[in-house]
Amino acid sequence: MNYHWNWGIFGEQVKGGDETYLDWLITGLGWTLAVSLTAWVLALSIGIAVGALRTTPSRLLVALGTAWVELFRNVPLLVQMFLWFFVVPEFLPRDWSLWVKQEMPAKEFVTAALCLGFFTSARVAEQLRAGITSLPRGQRDAALALGFSLPQAYRHVILPQALRIVIPPLTSEFMNVFKNSSVAFAIGVMELTFQARQMQEDSEQGIETYLAVTLLYFICAFTANRGMAWIEARTRVPGLIAKSG
Amino acid sequence: MNTRHALLASLTLATLAAPALAQDTGTLKKVKDNGSITLGIRESSDPLSYLDDKQQPVGYHIDICNRIVDAVKAKLKLPALKVAHQPVTSQNRIPLVGNGTVDLECGSTTNNEARQKQVAFAPTTFVTNVRMAVKKSSGITSLGQLGGKPVATTTGTTSVQLMRAHEKGKGIDFKEVYGKDHADSFLMLETDRAVAFVMDDNLLAGRIASAKSPADYAVVGEVLSIEPIAIMFRRDDPEFKKLVDETVTGMMKSGEVEKLYARWFMSPIPPKNVNLNFPMSEALKKLIKAPSDAPAESFNKK
Amino acid sequence: MGEFDFSVWGPSLPFIRDGLLFTLRLTLIAMTGGIVIGTLLALARLSPIVPLARVAGAYVDLMRSIPLVLVILWFFLIIPYLTGKPVGAEVSAIITFTAFEAAFYCEIMRSGIQSVSRGQVHAAHALGLTQAQAMIHVVLPQALRNMLPVLLTQTIVLFQDTSLVYAIGAKDMLKAADVVGKNYNRPVEMIVLSALIYFAICFSLSLAVRQLQKRVAIVR
Repeated sequence: MNYHWNWGIFGEQVKGGDETYLDWLITGLGWTLAVSLTAWVLALSIGIAVGALRTTPSRLLVALGTAWVELFRNVPLLVQMFLWFFVVPEFLPRDWSLWVKQEMPAKEFVTAALCLGFFTSARVAEQLRAGITSLPRGQRDAALALGFSLPQAYRHVILPQALRIVIPPLTSEFMNVFKNSSVAFAIGVMELTFQARQMQEDSEQGIETYLAVTLLYFICAFTANRGMAWIEARTRVPGLIAKSG
Repeated sequence: MNTRHALLASLTLATLAAPALAQDTGTLKKVKDNGSITLGIRESSDPLSYLDDKQQPVGYHIDICNRIVDAVKAKLKLPALKVAHQPVTSQNRIPLVGNGTVDLECGSTTNNEARQKQVAFAPTTFVTNVRMAVKKSSGITSLGQLGGKPVATTTGTTSVQLMRAHEKGKGIDFKEVYGKDHADSFLMLETDRAVAFVMDDNLLAGRIASAKSPADYAVVGEVLSIEPIAIMFRRDDPEFKKLVDETVTGMMKSGEVEKLYARWFMSPIPPKNVNLNFPMSEALKKLIKAPSDAPAESFNKK
Repeated sequence: MGEFDFSVWGPSLPFIRDGLLFTLRLTLIAMTGGIVIGTLLALARLSPIVPLARVAGAYVDLMRSIPLVLVILWFFLIIPYLTGKPVGAEVSAIITFTAFEAAFYCEIMRSGIQSVSRGQVHAAHALGLTQAQAMIHVVLPQALRNMLPVLLTQTIVLFQDTSLVYAIGAKDMLKAADVVGKNYNRPVEMIVLSALIYFAICFSLSLAVRQLQKRVAIVR
C-alpha cells in the first residue's frame, strides 16, 4: 500500500507551534459545538415563532412566515454562508461595514451561527407547522371558546402539544445542525472540518486525520440523538402519541 | 491512542490493500494499461497552473508537464495517449497522487520533508518567496506594523505555519483570517476584511494582476521563507522518476525552461492579458544550472 | 462599497449551463439509485432476519451521523487507497451521493411502508400472494405514492447538497460560477447569481411538491 501510516501523529507537535495535533482537533470540536448549539437555540426560537405564524388566521402573518421559510430553504447552505460573509456587509453604510468586517468580535463565528440558525429555522418551522396542523381543530376552538386570546391559546394549548409531536423530526434536524456546521470552514471558522484540512496539510497524514474527525462528528450526532430520545421519553403525552420506531 | 489497536488496524488495512496494489506497480505501467494519464491541475495558482477564460488549464507548470507527457508517449510508443485533467486543492493533492487518481501534479506544491515521506518531486522548477500583499493606501511595509490587525492567508498552506512561527518569535500579535482558497483570501484583502494577505509572491502578483484596480496593491515586507516549488508524483517509482528527471533537466539544459519562464512571467498572459513582470530569482537561476529536488528545509537552514 | 458589476453574468452563462447540466444529472442519478437502494435498505430494516436488519440499521445511522463533506472525501481520497482503483471525480461523486442519499430515502420508505395498514397485507396473504408478492404488488406501490411528496422534498435537499462537490473539484454549477468569478475577479456577483438560480429552481420544485401533496392527500 502506497501510504506511510503514522498513528502517533495526534501526539506530535504541529509545525511552528507548541500545540499537538490533538489540541487542534479539540479546539475544532469546541468551535463545532459552539456554532451548532448557538445555531440550534436560534433555529428553535425563530422556527417555533415562524411555524406558529403560518397557522394563524391572519393572511399577512402566514405570508410573512411562508416567505421566511422559502427564502432560507431554497438556497444551499454553502451559498448562504458566502452571501452573509461577503455580500451582506457590502450593503451596510461604510463605517458599519468596516466594523462588521474588522472589529466585530468573533466575526466568523457570529456569521456562521446566524446563517446556520436561519437556515435551520426554516426547517424547524416546517416541522412545527405540520405538528400544529396535525392537532385536532377542536383544541384551538375549545381554547378560544373558553375565553383564551389567540396568543394564549398558542402558549397554553397548541404549542405544548405540537412541540411534543414534532420531537422525532426535530431530532433529525438537531443531528443535522452538527453536520451542517462543517460548512462553516468555508468562511474560516476554525471548527472540526477546518482543523482536519489544516492538520492533513500540516502533517500529510490524511487518512488518520479524517478517521479521527469522522469519529468526533459521529459522537456529536449520536449524543444529540440520545439526548433528544431522553427528552422524548420524558415528555410523551400518555395515550396520545404512540411510541415511534 | 492505544498503539496496539492502531497497529492492528493499520495492518488489517495494509493486508486488505496489498493484493489490489500488487498488480499495478509503477506509473508507466498504469498509464499504459489505462491508455490515459491524469494531470492534477490548480484553478487559481497563477501563473503556474490556473484556468483561462475558456476554463481550460494553462500555465508555466502545465507547459512543463505537457513535455513530460510527450516523453511518456515516446517511451511507451503511445502517440494517442489520452490526457485527463483533475482539479486539485491544497488539501487533496497529496492523497490524490498517493491513491492513484492523479499521476502527475502540475500545480504549486512546496517540496518539503514531510511531503517527501508521501510523494516524490521533480527537480525544482520555481522558487517562491513568502511575503505579503497590502493595499498601498494602508501604508504598511513591514510585518512589524501588523500588530492587532487581521491578516489573511489560505487554509492549509505552508504560510499558515510560517505566520505562526513568526508570531511566536517576534511577539507580534495579529489576527489570522482564513480564505478557503487564494481567490477568497485576496477577496478578504480587497473587501477590507484583512489588511494583508501572506502567500507565495508569484501567487500574490497573479491575484493583483487580475484585480479590479491592480495599481492599488503592492507586495511588500520581509521574506518569511524561500520555498522550492516542483511537479509531484508517486514515490518509490524509480522508472517514472528517472523519466521525469531526465525530461526536466533536459529542458533546463536546452534553455527551454527559461523560454517558458519568459512566456509566463515576463509577457502578457490570459485571461486578461496582463504582464506579471516577475524576473527570475537568483535561486532559480542557480537551480537551472544545477538541478535538484532538495526540500525547502535545505534552503532555509543557512 | 456599491461597486457591483453584473456584466460578468453574460459571459458566464455557457459555463453555468454546463455546470447546471452536471448538477441535474448527478441529482437524477443519485435520486434514482438512492430510492432503489433506499427501498432495499428499508425492506432489510423491516425484515424479520435480525442480522440483516441490524446491518442495514447501522449503515443508515452511520450515514446520517457524519457530514456529507466527509463522506465525499472518504470515497474520493481513501477508498482508492484500499481498492487500488481510482475512479475520478465524477464517478466518485455519483457513487457517494447515491450511497449517502440512500440512507435518507430508506427512512422515508420505511415510514411509508409502515403507513400501509396491516389489513392490506393480511388481505393479500388471504388472496394467496406470497410475502414478496404482497410487498411488490400491494405495499410498495402505496408506500411510494403516499411518500411521493416527502421523497421529492428530499430530492430538493439532494439538489442543494450537490453544491458540496466543490470539495473534490467536480465541475457543478457552483464551481463553474466560482471559476468565472475568479477569472473576472467578480466573485461576489457570481455568488449572487448562483444563489438566484438555486432559489428559482428549488422554489419552483417546492411549489410543485405542494400541488402534488394536495392531490395525494385526497387519495388517502
